[in-house]
Amino acid sequence: MSEVKYSKEHEWIKLDGDVATIGITQHATEMLGDIVFVELPEIGSSVEKDGNAGVVESTKAASDVYTPVSGEVVENNQAIVDDPGKVNLDPENEAWFFKLKIKDKAELDSLMNKDEYDKFAKESGS
Amino acid sequence: MNIKKTSLHNLHQQHNAKFVEFAGYEMPIQYKEGIVEEHKFTRNHCGIFDVSHMGQLYIYGNDQLLEDLEKIFPIDLKNLKLNHSKYSFLMNADAGIHDDLIVTKIEGGVIIILNAACKNSDFEILQKTLDGKYKMVLDDEKSLIAIQGPQSSKILEELIPGVNDLSFMSGNWFEFQGSKTFITRSGYTGEDGFEISLENSKIEQLTNNLIEKGAKLIGLGARDTLRLEAGLCLYGHELDINKTPIEANLKWAISKKRIEEKNFLGSEKILTQINEGVQNIRVGIKPEGRIIAREKTKIFNEEDNLVGEVTSGTFGPSVNGPVAMGYVNKDFSKKDTKIFLEVRGKKYPANICGLPFYKKSYVKGVN
Repeated sequence: MSEVKYSKEHEWIKLDGDVATIGITQHATEMLGDIVFVELPEIGSSVEKDGNAGVVESTKAASDVYTPVSGEVVENNQAIVDDPGKVNLDPENEAWFFKLKIKDKAELDSLMNKDEYDKFAKESGS
Repeated sequence: MNIKKTSLHNLHQQHNAKFVEFAGYEMPIQYKEGIVEEHKFTRNHCGIFDVSHMGQLYIYGNDQLLEDLEKIFPIDLKNLKLNHSKYSFLMNADAGIHDDLIVTKIEGGVIIILNAACKNSDFEILQKTLDGKYKMVLDDEKSLIAIQGPQSSKILEELIPGVNDLSFMSGNWFEFQGSKTFITRSGYTGEDGFEISLENSKIEQLTNNLIEKGAKLIGLGARDTLRLEAGLCLYGHELDINKTPIEANLKWAISKKRIEEKNFLGSEKILTQINEGVQNIRVGIKPEGRIIAREKTKIFNEEDNLVGEVTSGTFGPSVNGPVAMGYVNKDFSKKDTKIFLEVRGKKYPANICGLPFYKKSYVKGVN
């Protein structure tokens, strides 16, 4: 299993073979506040790098979820649709959003590692 | 323009508030625990809301003042008991709403609580309409806090004895640490509670004392989810200059006697709308699933015709689901009418429902 990478849109991605698990970061949940609604891409659908791949809504506002890489959705996490509050509790583990069969591993190269992301998140403020 | 701060700004900071600009003030949207926890705490215990940005307008005068104010507000001020309050509106001649407000009759005049964003223009409109005949003071030397929730009366009674005897929508003068304070039993969350007007230099002390007794500071975020669950209107959303109280389904706030007298600003339009009905009316909306329909969401009927628009929508923590209010064509305003909400290009089923979403628990003495 490879290291976790991060996007500027505050998604994390973890690659296992050619299947990537994607979710939103702890920092993202702190900015959003209480998450009360989650919409995920359908299984079998194709998503494009940096394209729309779901929605999270807090009590305050709706925000798009973007996918950091392209691929086909092979699984989505129904547990967070049924209980969106889980995303606030454990966003970088249990509350993953969807899994992709990825098209091009090279797309991961432009993403940040943990140190880079932490620095980015800190600078982009809250 | 300089952003204004209330006298509790330091205290908000100490409690890790996240701030937003609201009506020219830097106000706390939430504290550390977040909107959902703050909302639930208010419903179950006691929340403190800094509403010092709202206008506290004193107008001084005698019976002639009440006579003149009745030409403006559609309430029976002459028969209103001393220290009692009424919800009302400042309207134009077409019954369009400049602001919604609370009028309290006090010895020597009235106190009117105004929305922050409207208070300066309200002042000008009132001064002009009253021909400058009366002394009017938009008092910024006093702060205003609301405490709301089932524990409010117990907590406040310990600090200011006697408040427990107030009935809903009435007030009186009390004393806190040598200062006079006007307290009303009222609020805007659907819970029992009080609004406390106290001089700026004492408000932090009182707020800290309330916190020591178990109350917590609550931000504007939870104030919005609480008022929406209670089915209460927010100016700029459900109410504006292009809507009338009848369209807003607030006929209950207009005195029958005053409608018969037909002598207040906008009364002609109000009477016409009561007799002939209105084209669009404010309703409660309950989405069938978890989808949240926010402000400006378009509303369709089963034949896919546009029939209305959402004015406020969020997730209601006590209802544990999405709630919304909006305006729909009167033909689709009946309870249980099926409608569709267009969110991000897709249409989701919802039903027109009665208000409030959350049952209120105001104290006895509603008049």
